[in-house]
Amino acid sequence: MSRYSVFSLLRHAATGNRGWQRAWRAASPKASYDVVIIGGGGHGLATAFYLAENHGIRNVAVLEKGYIGGGNVGRNTTVIRSNYLLDGNTQFYEFSMKLWEGMSTALNFNVMFSQRGQLVTAHSADQLDTFTHRANVMRSNGIDAEILDREAVRKLVPYLDFSDTARFPIHGAIFQGRAGTARHDAVAWGYARAASGHGVDIIEGCEVTDFVRQGDRIIGVETTRGRIGAGRIGLAVAGHTSVLAQKAGLELPIESHLLQAFVTEPVKPLVDHVVAYGADHFYLSQSDKGGLVFGGNLDGYNSYAQRGNTGVLREVCEAAIALMPNISRLRLLRHWGGIMDMTPDASPIISLTPVDGLYLNGGWCYGGFKATPASGWCFAEMLATGETPALIRGYGLGRFRSGHMIDEAGAGPFAWLQ
Amino acid sequence: MLRIDCPCCGVRDHSEFRYGGDATAERPAHDNPDLDAWYRYVYVRANPKGLHREFWQHVLGCRQWLVVERDTVTHSIHSVSFSRRQRA
Repeated sequence: MSRYSVFSLLRHAATGNRGWQRAWRAASPKASYDVVIIGGGGHGLATAFYLAENHGIRNVAVLEKGYIGGGNVGRNTTVIRSNYLLDGNTQFYEFSMKLWEGMSTALNFNVMFSQRGQLVTAHSADQLDTFTHRANVMRSNGIDAEILDREAVRKLVPYLDFSDTARFPIHGAIFQGRAGTARHDAVAWGYARAASGHGVDIIEGCEVTDFVRQGDRIIGVETTRGRIGAGRIGLAVAGHTSVLAQKAGLELPIESHLLQAFVTEPVKPLVDHVVAYGADHFYLSQSDKGGLVFGGNLDGYNSYAQRGNTGVLREVCEAAIALMPNISRLRLLRHWGGIMDMTPDASPIISLTPVDGLYLNGGWCYGGFKATPASGWCFAEMLATGETPALIRGYGLGRFRSGHMIDEAGAGPFAWLQ
Repeated sequence: MLRIDCPCCGVRDHSEFRYGGDATAERPAHDNPDLDAWYRYVYVRANPKGLHREFWQHVLGCRQWLVVERDTVTHSIHSVSFSRRQRA
């Protein structure tokens, strides 16, 4: 597979751009692999890449039931940050941030990682206190964080509502300058291309329908393209983790919920950062095409339907206009829904399982995109060694039984509250 | 938007209701010392893709707790009943 470079760009330009090859090989399933990864989203593809890159395991297949980039990796709001408070999350997401910073080079694929900075507004003195606590924890872990007062926020993002009639007046904000966004499709395509270049088979249109057992051990999968044997199986299927885990006889602390996102018509550059609204669950950024991208709350009841409903649409637009009144006349172009694996403590599950041969990577709630590289890195290590890497020791399945939860959302053991 | 046919008030938008979670999770007896039973009640969910029995409360109407049988893929609602009639 030829490398992308300015020279390849010029060479293809000079020959009419007729020589470009597909970004990754269209592979057909072999009879068996050392590792089979179910789910060709960001996490599955990253896992396959790091298995080959870090551990030299190249006899690997990624099975995707649809097409690469068509699942949750293409259904998010692309925000990347590492402003976490709790031990376990803090270090993991900062590790992920460092991988993001080198990703385009590592993959030889421009993922358009843009460290535009993210701020979360505080709307009371108490909230600013909790943000200060968070910033201190971040800084003690070597993560950049700043606390801004009202005037500093106003200077940075003057278009927010600083008037006397603001619904929730802005007291200040927590700011992480290294946070930002990336081109989500490019992340999937970049990992797919780099993994494929290492010999990984990426098999699209291949749905796993069941597991093949030998005694207590799972030794392969039944798919819509035949039986595939596997030394180890990694499950990385956001949204449908429960459906597949059930086929393997695994009961999980996961509920599937719908999360919607929204894009306005394109406008000239207006929002230079990622802005999150501390008075509600709402955040926005501006895409490279100019559309404002919004995210909001879960629909909050069990759902596998990848489509929205208007109740949340209204709530999100109310929050948008309360924060930024000058966008009230923008039209929303489209919105979409993705299915989230919600866990009771809003933290992911990357874990060994009671089923021999099966490894689990799921339960990302709505924060899976920013975790893509670290999740793949750690899950690859787990699949290669059969051990739990230190960085994800807090994300084991056993934490719900033992009470060692990482409850960043602080919302209790009910998934629809997260 | 879901439309829930409340047995008291008739068909209403789901924005009048509050979701109360999985109605199939069995609460262990109050004095049950079995930690595994409590773990399963609090955390483990079947999370079916298809028919799901779940609690909703009609907070902006009659305030009754209901058990709704709903398809989690199509959102079609198959039955609605008072939750107090569910268990003997």
